[in-house]
Amino acid sequence: MEFSPPDMLTQRYPADIRRRQRDPVLSLEKINVSFDGFHALTDLSLEIGVGELRCVIGPNGAGKTTLMDVITGKTRPQSGRAIYDQRTDLTRMTPVEIAQAGIGRKFQKPTVFEALTVFENLELAQKTNKSVWACLRGKLSMEQRDRIDDMLATLRLSQQRQRPAGLLSHGQKQFLEIGMLLVQEPHLLLLDEPAAGMTDAETAYTAELFRSLAGKHSLMVVEHDMGFVETIADHVTVLHQGQVLAEGSLKEVQANEQVIDVYLGR
Amino acid sequence: MSQQPLTLTGVQKAPRAALILGILAFIALIILPLLALLPPEHPLAMSTYTLTLVGKILCYAVVAIALDLVWGYAGLLSLGHGLFFALGGYAMGMYLMRQAAGDGLPGFMSFLSWSELPWYWAGTQHFAWALCLIILAPGLLALIFGYFSFRSKIKGVYFSIMTQALTYAAMLLFFRNETGFGGNNGFTGFTTILGASVTATATRIGLFMATVVLLAVSLLLGFSLARSKFGRVLTAVRDAENRLIFCGYDPKGFKLFVWTLSAVLCGLAGALYVPQVGIINPGEMSPTNSIEAAIWVALGGRGTLIGPLLGAGIVNGAKSWFTMAMPEYWQLFLGLMFIVVTLLLPQGVIGLLRKRRA
Repeated sequence: MEFSPPDMLTQRYPADIRRRQRDPVLSLEKINVSFDGFHALTDLSLEIGVGELRCVIGPNGAGKTTLMDVITGKTRPQSGRAIYDQRTDLTRMTPVEIAQAGIGRKFQKPTVFEALTVFENLELAQKTNKSVWACLRGKLSMEQRDRIDDMLATLRLSQQRQRPAGLLSHGQKQFLEIGMLLVQEPHLLLLDEPAAGMTDAETAYTAELFRSLAGKHSLMVVEHDMGFVETIADHVTVLHQGQVLAEGSLKEVQANEQVIDVYLGR
Repeated sequence: MSQQPLTLTGVQKAPRAALILGILAFIALIILPLLALLPPEHPLAMSTYTLTLVGKILCYAVVAIALDLVWGYAGLLSLGHGLFFALGGYAMGMYLMRQAAGDGLPGFMSFLSWSELPWYWAGTQHFAWALCLIILAPGLLALIFGYFSFRSKIKGVYFSIMTQALTYAAMLLFFRNETGFGGNNGFTGFTTILGASVTATATRIGLFMATVVLLAVSLLLGFSLARSKFGRVLTAVRDAENRLIFCGYDPKGFKLFVWTLSAVLCGLAGALYVPQVGIINPGEMSPTNSIEAAIWVALGGRGTLIGPLLGAGIVNGAKSWFTMAMPEYWQLFLGLMFIVVTLLLPQGVIGLLRKRRA
């Protein structure tokens, strides 16, 4: 097995220019996670800049999902800090607080509220007061309604507005979940294999969507599909056995001896 | 699990016909008890036996609605709702026992040669305090139990088992004479409520009407909750709790609210049940009672509110009829009914009605 030569470099996109700034929206410092003696993450340090679109790749068991779990508060690291927005330490917060602070996460398996309609899914996800009392009294304002309709158009789901989300196709569910993240207006989006199970056309549209989002939001995408990574990312991190193996442009990473070793299993 | 089409459409698109039907049913139920005032030889006359029986079933229907709120919407299957029902009943029973005893001690206490009331009986001679207890006892217990179990993220079958254990433990506690609630005999021999005789037809009619009102209020409350954003969050808790957490909602508060509300509704139903039936004993807390309530909900169609109401009516109505018509085989027929519904009507009786319409 060999990588195709990365002759097709990432295209320039208007928002790309803003990605050069290097203020980190998230910086992980020496994160250690182990489960019963198995080291899932070892001294992992990683920085994601504001407005950056970062791809994280790595073989199975490299710790990609654990990394997302640490950032979203699902897993507590044994040591290390995760500084978000240069102020808050995520390792001390609950998943709900982290979500409210502006970090959105998409799961590997598309997860939407199947019994609710597409519109209601977005309604629940939308950024607003999410306390019990607010939900008991809450009514949608015209502005919020318009914003959801705009999002439906962006996701190409306007026709499905009143359908239960459980009846959508796999790809449509993926889009809906991405939309649910976006209406939360997060600063940082974590996406676990967003293109899995999509048709080629859907994948292409997803790539286009993500590239238009970068700049406004910071994105961290975990992906296996090299073709997809190639079209979206200008900066790639390779994880291996819970550590950062290489970082740089996809071209640099693919030329890295260590990375080739890991992927070829030498 | 292919429980996918379990949607809220029935609630949201309630057709006008269903609304009118509901109002008519409510009016009919309000007028119904007045038939008991007719002379016995009148063809429309209703015996107090029937009146009490229907009143009892209406109390069960409130329990079914309360259980549907937590099970059908939030996905929390409680197998201990009988406890909240019984607690409300006991709180009402305390007041009724004090009424019966006058200035003295309730009968079972003198029997145990106790000389004074235990502290928790203080104030129970006042109806207002009894009313507070009816709400507070099940409400606080549900709040505390819910707080700890939802904080520890207990769900699914583990939650069901814990609720079952809770009601069983309470039953054993109430069986003891030393607990001060009449041991295994419980409370009975009631005489008056608010000064009126409990067995008088007028009192029975009043209690029946109060039950109808409670049922209507529970139903309206349930519908307005289900239609609000709160109801949609509950369905989201049921279907994808993790997604909801990462959307920035804290499911604990939502579960706790609906759980406590459900317990309070059960308590109120129990409080109306006791004076109509004339007895409350720890048997009401037995796990089988709570499981039966879950059967009403499943049979009617969960997540629809109106379905569980029908379920409670059908099961209890059939039970009363079978026990009279074929005393030897009634359990057989009841079992048969459950099997038929489970096999042929996965969405319950309400699913059948919906299919017809579509």
